[in-house]
Amino acid sequence: MYTKNANHQDPLWDIVVVGAGNAGLCAAITAAEAGCSVLVIEAAPKDMRGGNTRHTRNLRAMHEAPTDILSEAYGLDEYFDDLMRVTKGVTNKHLAELTLKKSSELTDWLQARGVRFQPALTGTLNLGRTNAFFLGGGRAMLNSLCRHAESLGVVFRYDTKVADLSLDEGICDGVVLSDGQRIHARKTIATAGGFEANLDWLAEGWGEPAKNFLVRGTPYNTGGVLKSLLDQGAQIVGALDQCHAVAIDARAPKYDGGIASRIDGVPFSVVVNKYGKRFYDEGEDFWPKRYAIWGRLVAKQPDQIAYAILDSHGVKRFMPSVFTPIKADTLSELAGQLDLDAEALEETVSAFNAACPEGAIDQSILDGKATKGLVPDKTNWSAPIATPPFYGFPLRPGITFTYMGVEVNDEAQIMMQDGRPAANLFAAGEIMAGNVLGQGYLAGIGMTIGAVFGRIAGEQAALGLKDNQRGKAE
Amino acid sequence: MDSVNLMALAKTEAHEETARIMQICNACRYCEGFCAVFPAMERRREFTPADTAYLANLCHHCGACYHACQYAPPHEFGVNVPQTLAERRHETYAELAWPRPMARAFDNNGLIVSMVISAALALAVGLMLAMISPSLFWGVHIGEGAFYQIMPHTVMAGIPMTISAFVVLSFILSWRRYWRETGARWQGWSALMGAMSATASMRYLGGDAKGGGAGCSGPDDVPSMRRRYFHHATFYGFMLCFASTSTGTLYHYLLGREAPYGYFELPVILGTVGGIILCIGTAGLWYEKKRMEPAMKSLKAMGMDYAFIWLLFWVSATGLILLAVRETSFMGLALAIHLGLVYGFFLILPFSKFVHGLYRFAALLADEGEKKIEAA
Repeated sequence: MYTKNANHQDPLWDIVVVGAGNAGLCAAITAAEAGCSVLVIEAAPKDMRGGNTRHTRNLRAMHEAPTDILSEAYGLDEYFDDLMRVTKGVTNKHLAELTLKKSSELTDWLQARGVRFQPALTGTLNLGRTNAFFLGGGRAMLNSLCRHAESLGVVFRYDTKVADLSLDEGICDGVVLSDGQRIHARKTIATAGGFEANLDWLAEGWGEPAKNFLVRGTPYNTGGVLKSLLDQGAQIVGALDQCHAVAIDARAPKYDGGIASRIDGVPFSVVVNKYGKRFYDEGEDFWPKRYAIWGRLVAKQPDQIAYAILDSHGVKRFMPSVFTPIKADTLSELAGQLDLDAEALEETVSAFNAACPEGAIDQSILDGKATKGLVPDKTNWSAPIATPPFYGFPLRPGITFTYMGVEVNDEAQIMMQDGRPAANLFAAGEIMAGNVLGQGYLAGIGMTIGAVFGRIAGEQAALGLKDNQRGKAE
Repeated sequence: MDSVNLMALAKTEAHEETARIMQICNACRYCEGFCAVFPAMERRREFTPADTAYLANLCHHCGACYHACQYAPPHEFGVNVPQTLAERRHETYAELAWPRPMARAFDNNGLIVSMVISAALALAVGLMLAMISPSLFWGVHIGEGAFYQIMPHTVMAGIPMTISAFVVLSFILSWRRYWRETGARWQGWSALMGAMSATASMRYLGGDAKGGGAGCSGPDDVPSMRRRYFHHATFYGFMLCFASTSTGTLYHYLLGREAPYGYFELPVILGTVGGIILCIGTAGLWYEKKRMEPAMKSLKAMGMDYAFIWLLFWVSATGLILLAVRETSFMGLALAIHLGLVYGFFLILPFSKFVHGLYRFAALLADEGEKKIEAA
C-alpha cells in the first residue's frame, strides 16, 4: 500500500501533473478519482491559468446519433476522413483512430465533472454538428474542472515554473522547479503545452520572420518542459515549423490575443503585401476552410505583413473585429494611413475591379464570381472595391499552437529514442498533439486530443499505483 | 415634455468603456449562451450611448461572463463586463430621473436614501408624539378602527396616495424617456409575454439563457441559485405585501370594514406571509451582494444597492413587528415607525434602486421585440 506522506517536508506524490490546461486537468481528475495523491504545477498565476485552453471554445466529438449538444451524426469514418484531408496523412493512424473513438465519451465525461455545454448559436463557423461548445468558452470549462479537481483533493501550485524533468534511463526521478526545488513523484504527466511563446525556438524553424509573429496563445507556453524531454532522449514527433497559424489583426497584442484578434473579412477583400501586390486567391473557399492557411501565407510575405482592403459594402459582410478598421474616403488616403504606396494600391485595386464579373455576389454559396486574367485570380465573391469609404485591416501571422512534440504510445507513455516507453512518464495535450495532428488544422481537435490523452495518461499513471504488485510485475 | 427629448443620452466615460468592451466581446462571443445581453450585442456592430444604456439595463449582473472571460484583468484588454455595465446602468438611472434635478440623488444614493428615511421616520414619530396625547399614543387599542385612534384614516391613506401620484408620474416620464432614447419599439403582445416570463422566472440569473444553468457565479465561479431564489423571495414578497395593502383598501371601501383585521383574514395573511418572505429575500440578497466577487462590483452603485435592500427589509420587518405588538401599548410607536418607513420608502422610490425594475423590464421588453424581428 502507498502512503500519501502529505505532512512530510518533502512529500512523495503519487502523481505530478505539469500544466493545468485541459489535458492536465483531465489527467489529474482521472488519477485522483482512482485514489492517487495528485499535485498540479502551473506556470501561470491563477488568473491566467490553463494554457491555451483559456482561448478555446469547443472540442470535436464523434457521435453516431444526435445528442443534447451535438446535432445529427458525425461518425468515425467521416471524422477520420476529415483528419486525413487536413493532415494529408501526416498522422499516426493508430493513435488517430484511438483518439477519434474515445472522443465520443468526452461530453458525458466532462458534464459529469461540472463542465457545461451550450447548443451552438452564431459566429461559430457552423460547427454545431461536429463540435461541442463550452458554455462561456474554455476558461469557464477550466474553472469547472479545477473546482472538481480541488473537490477530489488535487493540490494546485500556481505561478510555478518547471525547469526540468530529470530523466535517468527513461525513468523520471524528479521535477525540478525554476527555483531549484525538486518535487518527487512516482509518476509524472507532462501536459505543459507547446513552445509558441518562445520566439527564439520558433526562429529555428522559421528563421528571422518568426520575430514578426504574433502569439495568439498563452505567453506561458515557452516549451521548457518539451525541450527538457527532447534533450534527454525523448522521441521527437512533428516538424519544427508546423503550427496552427492564422492571419490576425496586426494591432493585436504580441501575446494572448486569442479569438478576438481574428479577421474574417479576407474573402470579401483584396489582400495585398507591403508592395501593394496581391499574392493569393482570397476567395478560394469558404473562410472556415481557409483561415488556417492564411497565417502561413502572410508569414511568407516580406516583413510578414499584409493588408485586407475593403469598401463600404464588403466591410459589412463578416463578423465585427476587435479593432476598428482603418478608414478613408479615397484609396490613396487609405494607402497613406496603411503606409502603402498609393499608386501601387490604386493600380492593384483598379486592375482587380476591371477583372470583376458583373452581378451581385452571394456569400452563402461558392458563387463562382471569379476575376479574369489576374495573377492570381480571385475565384469567388469578386466584387469591385469601389464604394467609399474604404477600409483596411493590417494582417500578421498569429500563431496559436505548435505541433512538434514528444512521441507517445497507446498508454500515453512518452517514447524514448531507443524505441522503449519511459516507465513513469506520460504526456498529453499540445506537447504530444503532433502524434495525431502532424499538419493542417481541424477546429476543436486540439482539445479532443488533450482530453482523450489526458484521461488515458491519468488512468495509466494511476494503474501501477493502485495495485503495487501488478505495477512491479509490469 | 418635449424639452427632455432634445437631450440625447450623453457620451460619458462609462459609456465609452462599455462601447470599448462590447467591441471586444462582439469579436469573441464566447459568452453568448449566458444571458440576453450578448445576443443583443450581436445584433449591433456599433455602440451608441443608447445601445450601451440598453445593454447595461438588460444585464442582471450574474457574473458568469466575468469568470469565463479570457480577456478579464490582468489581461491587457481588461474586460470586466459586469462592473462596467453596472456603472453604465447606475449612470442611466441618474440621467433618466424625473424631475431632472433629482438626478443628483443617485450620487451618494445610500446617504441620501438614509437621510430621507431618517427624516420621514423622525417626522412621523415626532409628529404623532407631539400631536397625540400620551394616553392615547401609549394606550391599548383593540378591535376595528384601532389604528385610526392614533392617526385618522384620511391622513394615513391620504399621504401615500399623494406620494403615489407623484411616484407614478415620475415612473411614466422616466420610462417614456428611456424608451425613446434607446430607440425601443413595441413589437406586440407576445414580446410583452416574453418579458413578463423573463421577469417572473428571473431566467437570466440562472447562468444560462436557455434556463438549464446552475445560477449566478459566486467567488471563484462557484455557481449558485441562491441569488435567483432570494430575488424571487424579495419580488414575490413585495407583491404579496402590495396585495395585502390592496385587499385592505377594498375591505375598507367596499366592505366598510376598518383595520386591523383578524390574523386569518386575507390582508393579514398576505401581509404576514409576504413580509416574512420579503425579509428573508432582502437579507439573502444582502448576503449574496456582500460575498460577490469584489472585482465585479461597482463601487458607485454599492451604496444605492445596500440602502435599498435594507430599507425594504425594515419596511417589512416593522410591519411584522406592528402585527406582533398591535394589541399592546407599543402599537402606537410601532405604527408610527412603520408608517414613517413606508412613507419615506414611497417618497424615495423613483430615486432608489427600485428603478432597476422599471428599466430592466423595459430592456427585456425591447429585447423580446428584437428577438421577434430577428426570428421573422
